Formats: sequence, C-alpha cells, structure tokens
Amino acid sequence: MKKTLVLMMMMMLLIPISISAQPSGNELLKKVDENRITDTQIATSKMIINGRRGSRTVEAKSWQKGADDSFTEYLAPAREKGTKMLKLGDQLWTYTPSTDRIVLISGHLLRQSVMGSDLSYEDLMEDPLLQNVYNAEIKGEDTLLDRPVWVLELQAKKEDASYDKCKIWVDKERFISLKENLYAKSGKLLKTIDIHEVMEADGRWVAKKALYKDVLKEGKGTAMMIDSIEFNKDLPAYIFSKASLRK
Amino acid sequence: MIKFLLKGLFRDRSRSLFPILTVFMGVALTVFLYSYLNGFVSDMIKSNAHYSTGHVRIMTQAYSKESNQKPNDLALIGINSLLENIEKEYPDMIWTPRIMFGGLIDIPDEQGETRIQGPVTGMALDLFSQSSAERKLLNIDDALVRGRFPNKAGEILIAEEFANKLKIEPGDTATLLGTTMYGSMATTNFLIAGTVRFGIAAMDRGAIITDISDVQTVLDMQDAAGEILGFFPDDHFHEDKAYQILASFNEQYKNPDDQFSPIMGALPEESGMKEYMDLMNVAVYLIVGIFILAMGIVLWNAGLMGSLRRYGEMGVRLAVGEEKGHIYRTLILESIMIGVTGSFIGTAFGLIPAYLMQIYGLDLSFLFEKSSMMISGVLRAQVTPTTYLIGFIPGTLATVLGTAIAGIGIYKRQTAQLFKELEI
Repeated sequence: MKKTLVLMMMMMLLIPISISAQPSGNELLKKVDENRITDTQIATSKMIINGRRGSRTVEAKSWQKGADDSFTEYLAPAREKGTKMLKLGDQLWTYTPSTDRIVLISGHLLRQSVMGSDLSYEDLMEDPLLQNVYNAEIKGEDTLLDRPVWVLELQAKKEDASYDKCKIWVDKERFISLKENLYAKSGKLLKTIDIHEVMEADGRWVAKKALYKDVLKEGKGTAMMIDSIEFNKDLPAYIFSKASLRK
Repeated sequence: MIKFLLKGLFRDRSRSLFPILTVFMGVALTVFLYSYLNGFVSDMIKSNAHYSTGHVRIMTQAYSKESNQKPNDLALIGINSLLENIEKEYPDMIWTPRIMFGGLIDIPDEQGETRIQGPVTGMALDLFSQSSAERKLLNIDDALVRGRFPNKAGEILIAEEFANKLKIEPGDTATLLGTTMYGSMATTNFLIAGTVRFGIAAMDRGAIITDISDVQTVLDMQDAAGEILGFFPDDHFHEDKAYQILASFNEQYKNPDDQFSPIMGALPEESGMKEYMDLMNVAVYLIVGIFILAMGIVLWNAGLMGSLRRYGEMGVRLAVGEEKGHIYRTLILESIMIGVTGSFIGTAFGLIPAYLMQIYGLDLSFLFEKSSMMISGVLRAQVTPTTYLIGFIPGTLATVLGTAIAGIGIYKRQTAQLFKELEI
C-alpha cells in the first residue's frame, strides 16, 4: 500500500514535468534559428537547376555575417563566373564583369528567379530569423529521414512577409527543418523545400542536399548542395562593402 | 423624257430638295462612319501585326501556349535553317525573326552605380541586314524623335517618353538586366542611339528596340528566336492565303509529341482579335442594312407625302390617258435621279472629313495612356474603293425602294372615279 502510494505520488509529480517537456512552437522556432544563424559563415555550394530544356550547374562561394549581410561570388559556369552579389540589410546589389556595373536589385526584379533557379531574390532578402517573421504553433509529430520531427505551422507576423503561412517539419533533437511548405495569403502552395541529406559542422546541423521547388513553375526544381561550410571564422570587413564587388 | 423629268424636279423643289437632303445626310454619315470603322480596325490589325504577331507567326508549341508571357526559355532553336527552308517554301512572304523580352533598364550615375531604373519591354529585330523589312514595317525612320538610327552592334532605340522619364538622351549608356534563355541573369551595356515615338501607349511607356544579334548574345540565344513573323508584301492581312500557309506549314513541321517543334498561328487568333474582326465584318453589313431600312422608311414616307401633294397631278395624268405603269416608271426614274444626285453629293461630303482624318488623324492618345492594347493613340479613317460605293448604292436603292412602295398607290386609283375625285 505504501509502495503504491509512493508510486502514485511520483506519477503525479511526473505529469507536469512531461507537459513542460513539450516546447512551444515559438521556442522551437528560436532553437531552429540558433542552429541556423551564426556570427559568420563561409560556404561553397552547387545549385543544379532543372529547367524545361535540361539542367545546368551553378557553383558559388558565399560569405555571411550574422543574419543581415552576405556576399556571394559565382564560380561556374563560365558565363556566370565573376558575377557577384552583395546583400547589406534590406538592399541587394549585383555586379557583372561584362558590364563593370554595380546594379541595385529592387522592385519587381526581386520577384525574378536567381540564376533561373526555383529561388527568387525575394527569398534571399527574407529575414533569416524565423522568429522575427512568424508565430509558430505545433500541429503534430511525424517521422522524416528516419528522424522524429515536430510539425509546426507558421503564421506571418508582418503583412509584407514573402509567405503568409508555412508548414515546417523540425527535427526534434537537431532543430533543423527537414521539410518546408510555403503558402500565399490565399492558402495556395507556392514553394516546397525538401531536405535530402544533413551534415554536422562545428556542432551545428546543416542541410547538405535539398530540393527547392517553385510549385507554380514547370520543371523538376533546383537541387542545392553544400560542398563545404565553416562557421565563426574571422571575416575582413571589406567583404561586405560595395567596393568588394569590383575586386 | 429624262429632260422633262429633270425640269419637273428643278422647278418643283419640294419634290427634290427634301429627298436629296435626306439621302445626302444619310450617305455622308455612312461614308464617314465606314471610313472611320475601317481605319480603326485596320490600324488595330496593323499595329498588332507589326508590333506583335505578324500576319502569321511561328513559335514552338510550348511557347505558343504561353506566348503572352514571351517565354524565351521555350524559344525556337535552329532558326537559321528554319528560315532558309520557309523562305524557299513560301517565297511570297516576308519572314523575320524576333525576340521579345522583358527586364530592367538601369541608368548609372557618374560613379557607375544605379541612378534610376525602370521596367522595360524589349523588341529585338533584324536592324542591320540589307534585306530586312523591319525598319519599314515599324516605320522607324518616321518615328525617330531624337538622335539617329543604330548603325552598329550595341546601340539601341528607346521610347521618347521612357527616355524623358529616365532623364537620358542619345549618347548615354544604359544597362539592361534580363534573363537568359536558360534562366541566368543577363546584363549588358547599350549605347542609346536615338529616341522614338511609337504612338502606342503600351510601348511609349517603356520599350526599347535592339538588333537581334545583340540580344541573341546577351540572352544566350545563339541561332534562336522567340518568334518568326511572316508578313504579306502588300502589308495587308489576306485571311484565306494566311490559313492556307498555316495549314501547309503545320502539316509539315508540327510534331504533337515534341513541345519544342514549330507551330504556326495566324493574326486573328494570335492577337486575340478573331471575334473582334468577325464582329467588325458583320458590323459593316449591319450599318449598311440599317441605313437602307431607315432611309427606305424615311423616303417611303417622303414618297407618300409627295403622292398626296401630287394627288391632283397624278389624277390629271391618268385622266388624259397616261398609263398607270408609265406614271409609276416615271416616278421610279425621278427617284433614281434624286438618289444618284443625293448619293453623289453625300459621298463627296462624307469623303472630305474621312480623307482629312486619314491624313491628319484624331489624336486621342490621352485616352489610351494606361492602355496595354496594341492600338495607336491617333485614330485615323481609311478610305478604300468600297468607301465610294458603301453609301452610294444604298442611298440610291433606298430612294428607289421608298418611291416604289409609295407609288403603289397609283395602281389603286380608279379611272372611273377620277372626275369625281378631281371635282371636275
């Protein structure tokens, strides 16, 4: 009898512990951001763009500082080699060696595709800190890539967010999103992101292979592959200046 | 006899003046209205043909499904051999490749950084070949406002209104940002050779004309073009011939299993004007029909009134032994004279404003400022051989018809009653 009473008391104590063990949607979002955003980041990547008339591969090296600033230099193919892009806060410039011009990308051009891929310049300009843009709610649990995941529904806090609603599948332990569905205000599905492979780098989990698909576009989507990635390296300040575009 | 009837008409003005005035006004209005409609439709067809669809247009099947978006990723590849073939197979047509593209024009400041930008619609044409008809088709020389026609690669023409908005002039450099056939970002610098006024609001707002070889290089479209346009040498759309060429081309080249095989479309469907063109053809007949009916009723009424007024005259003529048929025939002959005279004067007076509107046009461009239609802001009438007959024949016919109906009353007169009727 005494044993049963102790057991019951222990169970009563454990119930609130197990309830508080389930994080809220916004807490999960914060953890996703913490895994994703670093002080600095240097990455080389490949983008395989599958168009209606065939595929082509674009290679790039990018430097990133915090959530706001990034610099990308395209390395291949020959036609794109030397093209650079600089994002400082909410402004984006591009430089092409053939014109020797630094051009501001703004207005309707932001809605254009990046190098013919399924990503738009607007996607690049979106605030990478999800917690700044969305409120999250846990909608369930699932399994993806043999990993247990939380299914979160994200609702935009701001009117001008690129996607009004998102559904993301977040790894319960690694806090990396393994799948994302992005919706318009009308509820129409606009884009999907499917992570096919993840890797660990400096204690963080990053998507090694992913497929971006613009649902409104014909084609098989754009495959993104990270070749190498380094975090929290010292980056010279000149990289994130317009002068570096012409170097 | 005719001389006698003419004398009667001249001396008795109430027999001629009102009917002639009625016919004159109706005919003049019909001639002008027909010329105006003809000019409007013809302008619309020409603008669409010259700037958009040609009289016939060749594209890939995939491109044709989205042709309003000008999807250059679905463009025709291998156009040089295709052009060679169609020039042999359809030598009576003028064939010309074009690339329509969209993008952004960026104007640099002194440091080479963005000063101002604007969305642009580009039209890449064969500007430099000796055999090219583009310069004439688009009437570029007359449209030139400032500067000169491009004479080498890397030079463009820009809409005058657009140039003013961007505060640029001939001699300045502009950077084009577009998308290559394979989706990459394309950038290139152009020198502005001159400015043009298209007279079409949609183009004056933001269009440039470049040489096709420049754009083929920039947009990675070597030996490719979005469209090949075909024009009849007299610059008129010949529906039957166009559909004959279309049927023969599609039978030979279209492959239903290959979305990138070529397909030909004709102006009415390509421009989305088929229903409109059909309606306009019917409208012309409708106008003529309504005109004959309305004028016939008016002149019938005039004939009846004339018969009443000439009741005594007819009675005397019957009493002295003139046959009813003869009187009826003289009335018809009179009406022919009135109809011909009224129609002649009406046609002449209808043609004067029509010719003036054909030459000088009526500038209503302020109404089309936000229009995206390929239509000129200056409305012009068009006088064709049909214009000379469109009012003349119905004008004469309506007069004769009105008199013929009104004159039937003559046959109802009883000779035996004449003296009583005439109170002799």
